[in-house]
Amino acid sequence: MEVKVNFISQEKLSGLGKEEKLHFILEEVRKGQILVLEQGLTAEEQAKLIEMTMEKVNNKFSGIEMESYMPEKQNFWEKLLGKRKARMTIVGPADKIKTVYRDKEIIKAVIVGKR
Amino acid sequence: MGIFGKLSGWLLSIFGKRHVAIGIYGPPNAGKTTLANRIAMDWAGDVVGETSEIPHETRKIQKKDRVMIKQDKASLTIDLVDTPGIATKIDYHDFLEYGLDEEEAKRRAKEATEGVIEAIKWLDNLDGVILLMDSTKNPFTQVNITILGNLEARELPFIIAANKIDLNGSTPATLKSAFPKHEVVPISALNGVNMDLLYETMVRKFGKKRK
Repeated sequence: MEVKVNFISQEKLSGLGKEEKLHFILEEVRKGQILVLEQGLTAEEQAKLIEMTMEKVNNKFSGIEMESYMPEKQNFWEKLLGKRKARMTIVGPADKIKTVYRDKEIIKAVIVGKR
Repeated sequence: MGIFGKLSGWLLSIFGKRHVAIGIYGPPNAGKTTLANRIAMDWAGDVVGETSEIPHETRKIQKKDRVMIKQDKASLTIDLVDTPGIATKIDYHDFLEYGLDEEEAKRRAKEATEGVIEAIKWLDNLDGVILLMDSTKNPFTQVNITILGNLEARELPFIIAANKIDLNGSTPATLKSAFPKHEVVPISALNGVNMDLLYETMVRKFGKKRK
């Protein structure tokens, strides 16, 4: 059994606009790819990705499984500059990745591969 | 703002009486419509929508306007917004398990996806949110974390309501320890348990002037 996971660097995604970035992620996931994003998605980006995913759900594509940690509290300067930290995000097709356990700091997921 | 507007604002700041739009958010089957019905029945003698054990029963925004909640000398008039459950995936096969035929299941799935989009977009129209979680389940789901992150980012006042405390396996204390920085109110919307505390918290939290 072989499972393919794509690790996407911060540089790759930071070169894309917000919409472009989410389109890239969703298109990769719809192709069946599992992505680990070094620079994760902010809460607003996660919500937008859910919206975009819902537009694409059909009889063959049931949606995504996304895993990210709770947002970190902003410090004074980040709040002042409206900057939000995003922690690592894992995203993949709902039929390939399943969360088996998670708490505040630990996420355990199973990737379902084809034999 | 005229003198009457200023006077009215001053009185409102003293008595905490405001008119706000409050959304009920959460994953499917957390009991959002049951809670909306409970609030609407308690204060307006009417229900907001139908409930069901089948997930995604609410697939469109449902509203009940001008519900006035009274607490001692303070009161709060709310436009209550019951939202479809937010999910990252919707598989029509899941509905077949509840006895729906394939056509009906596909239709429900399609409507449910539209409901999720509508619910997320409605965050822009609200003054506050009740984030409803099922206290019999693990609170650290991606949906809960995404909603919570969005509420924090928008600086929207919100209350976490830990629902279904009447059921075996309910652990509202887990929710409290999961979100220690936020106000968590344990309730049973179905049986009306602890609703007074929720109303008191709503008037206090949503009646406050926003920063």
